Amino acid sequence: MLGEGLLKGLAETARNFAGSFVSEERLTTVQYPEERVAPIENTRDFPFLVYDGDDWHAGMRCVACQICEKECPPKCIYIEKSKDKKPDFTGKPQIYPARFDIDISVCMSCQICVEVCPFEAIKMDTEFELSTTDRFGGLLLDKKQLSRSNEHYHKIHPTEAAEVDARLAEEKAKAEAKAKAAAAAKAAAPVAAPAKPAAEAGKPAAAPKPEGPAASPQKAAENKPESPAKAEQGGASGS
Amino acid sequence: MIEKLDQVFILLRDWLVQFLPADWQAIAATVLNVIAIIAVFPTLFAIVTVMERKGLGRMQNRFGPNRVGPFGLFQPVADGIKALTKEDVVPLCADTVVHFLAPLVLVVAVFMGFSVLPMGRNMVLADMDAGLLFFFAMGASTELSVFMAGWSSRNKYSLLGAMRAVAQMISYEVPLLMSSLAAVMTAGSLSLSRIVDAQNRYTFGLPHWYVFTPWGFAGLVLFSIAAMAETNRSPFDLPEGESEIVAGYFTEYSGFKFALFFLGEYVGMFSIAGLGATLFLGGWSAPLAILKWVPSWIWFFGKLMVAMCLFIWIRGTMPRLRQDQLMNFAWKFVIPMTLVNLLVAALWRFIGPGWTRWVVCWAILIGVYVLMGETILRKRHLGPRSYRYAE
Amino acid sequence: MTPVFCIVALFTLAGGLAAVTLKNTVHCALALTVALAGLALFFLRLDAQFVGFAQILIYIGAVAILVVFAILLTRSSEPEASGGIVSSRWLAGVIIAAAVFAVLGWAILRSAPALAHESAAPAVTVHQIGTALMGRYVLPLEIVALLLTSALIGAVIVAMHENGSAK
Ligand code: SF4
Ligand code: SF4
Repeated sequence: MLGEGLLKGLAETARNFAGSFVSEERLTTVQYPEERVAPIENTRDFPFLVYDGDDWHAGMRCVACQICEKECPPKCIYIEKSKDKKPDFTGKPQIYPARFDIDISVCMSCQICVEVCPFEAIKMDTEFELSTTDRFGGLLLDKKQLSRSNEHYHKIHPTEAAEVDARLAEEKAKAEAKAKAAAAAKAAAPVAAPAKPAAEAGKPAAAPKPEGPAASPQKAAENKPESPAKAEQGGASGS
Repeated sequence: MIEKLDQVFILLRDWLVQFLPADWQAIAATVLNVIAIIAVFPTLFAIVTVMERKGLGRMQNRFGPNRVGPFGLFQPVADGIKALTKEDVVPLCADTVVHFLAPLVLVVAVFMGFSVLPMGRNMVLADMDAGLLFFFAMGASTELSVFMAGWSSRNKYSLLGAMRAVAQMISYEVPLLMSSLAAVMTAGSLSLSRIVDAQNRYTFGLPHWYVFTPWGFAGLVLFSIAAMAETNRSPFDLPEGESEIVAGYFTEYSGFKFALFFLGEYVGMFSIAGLGATLFLGGWSAPLAILKWVPSWIWFFGKLMVAMCLFIWIRGTMPRLRQDQLMNFAWKFVIPMTLVNLLVAALWRFIGPGWTRWVVCWAILIGVYVLMGETILRKRHLGPRSYRYAE
Repeated sequence: MTPVFCIVALFTLAGGLAAVTLKNTVHCALALTVALAGLALFFLRLDAQFVGFAQILIYIGAVAILVVFAILLTRSSEPEASGGIVSSRWLAGVIIAAAVFAVLGWAILRSAPALAHESAAPAVTVHQIGTALMGRYVLPLEIVALLLTSALIGAVIVAMHENGSAK
């Protein structure tokens, strides 16, 4: 009959109403500032920059390749390259960001910057209590504010961080092996010379050398070829 | 003593007025009445907002506001301060004059409705002969203010909300009027205090409220449906459906003007609930003859609060209707039902006392309800919709 | 000519004037409602409660809304660029207005109060109006009802026709 469903619904809400006074388990919310629920592992909100070791600046993984800056949909990352170089985690001298700002009032937490970064340098944080009284610029975080140690990363996303570490270790081992091989090859004959510039240009996937592509894990192989294309598209539509 | 308590507000007013020169006393009494109304209902509004938020919270198994003051009871104060200190933004291309006038027209019209509601024995501001008509006239004026708000904002959401609101209000005004006509027909007067008097009689200690008759019960249900639609309450809150059109016609209002709209909406709810109580629930009369000693205004406001709780309960339960469902419901179910109800009320009067009229009236009402319910349920349109313009 | 009368009259006239002179059609409609509200106040001042409230209920609550709806649905609310407010068919308008005015004036001059020149407030209650409508004037009432019903059905048919076979 017409109206039956309405009465059922009313009875349900009435049961909830009365029940919430009787049994505490019914109440699904927690009293936030005093009580908190532990975030689940895949929680994410804003990006941070990972550094290895103790010194945030020396250990910063970011090499200022600016891919994330180009890919960020709302364009809230601002990067300036440095003039000098500093050694990265494999010991190879790399440029680093002189300025790396993210305007988290614009950031939409899409995680695209994390997906495209070939150097595992940017990851998503779980901290959400970021409100500030400074309306202009208070949410524009610079590279110091953005830096978090690898331990922090391990703490908030243990599984993911372990995978990343394994990959980096593999990469490092390969790089060392390659450096050794290259040194050996250099000693033997000047044939291997083109391999090095190719690797330095950041295009190991395109390089025909057997060791060059193997040195970078599948991630680079997947992301690298499509990233520039995307960036071009973005640039074309933006202009 | 009990008499005094019943008339305490009247006595207080008369006591205050007597200090003035004789010429001024009548005007001063009226002004005091108006001040009382303007003070009482916004206070009630504050209480009801916190009640609503806590009640809805409980229905959804959460606490609701519980931070400001003990049990969050001062939440309305915080809300009020927030609304008053917020920046008042007027869109650049808005029609400034109309945009400014809309909330004022709304609040004024809504408050005017109270002037004919008897809130207790002898407690009516203007006991007009055509009181009900005045009430509906004021209710109709709110439509215009809604339209003004939506149109002057120069915002598509606002305009859509206003169009929805006006279409809905016009559709549901018909059943609202016609369901109250049944009570008017029986009481034989458009004056609300006369209607209350007609119900303020008791047999075996039970009152002669219209809700205890078949047509009165059906009338109250239909009236409540129409009243909910008239005040844009859930499940008829399409004009301000957040998920579709932001906030409907008051999207472009902020700060104090927004607060005025909010106030207007709730005060409109009070007035229409008060009207429903007056028409079908005996207004300020006591529910049992032995409870007559309780002051009459307590009964009126008690009934008002019960109605508010019902509104909140329904809001916590039902999802929003779709526009075509809303219109179909009005024109294919509610209006025919009110027509039948009018007929039943006439029958009730002409058959005269006795058990026959109970049987006949209930039979007609239930029969029609079941029949119409069946037809509605059978061809409910749950399949894909056909769009006229958006193919 | 009490002050209240003057103020209400001023409002009504201003509303009427604004309704014909403003450029934005929606503004015109809103100004028209001001004029209608003024008329309602006049009725109330003449102790004709029923007519006054009915005026508010019907003209402000329904007719004004219908007018603005019609404006919004049929044309853009932006002021039109072409020319002034005087239309090209102003002569026809003037003739119609004069004719309406003449008929109204004639009716008022011939009516009883104008002839008697006295203004004792008639105490007409809603009850009396109802009795009169259902007794003496029942035939006109029924005719009007029939007319309105047929208009309603006609409107429904027009709307259905536009809908075509989609129903
Ligand atoms: S999460 Fe998305 S929006 Fe935020 S900085 Fe990264 S790419 Fe930009
Ligand atoms: S993509 Fe990674 S390495 Fe490149 S600039 Fe962004 S964070 Fe730094």
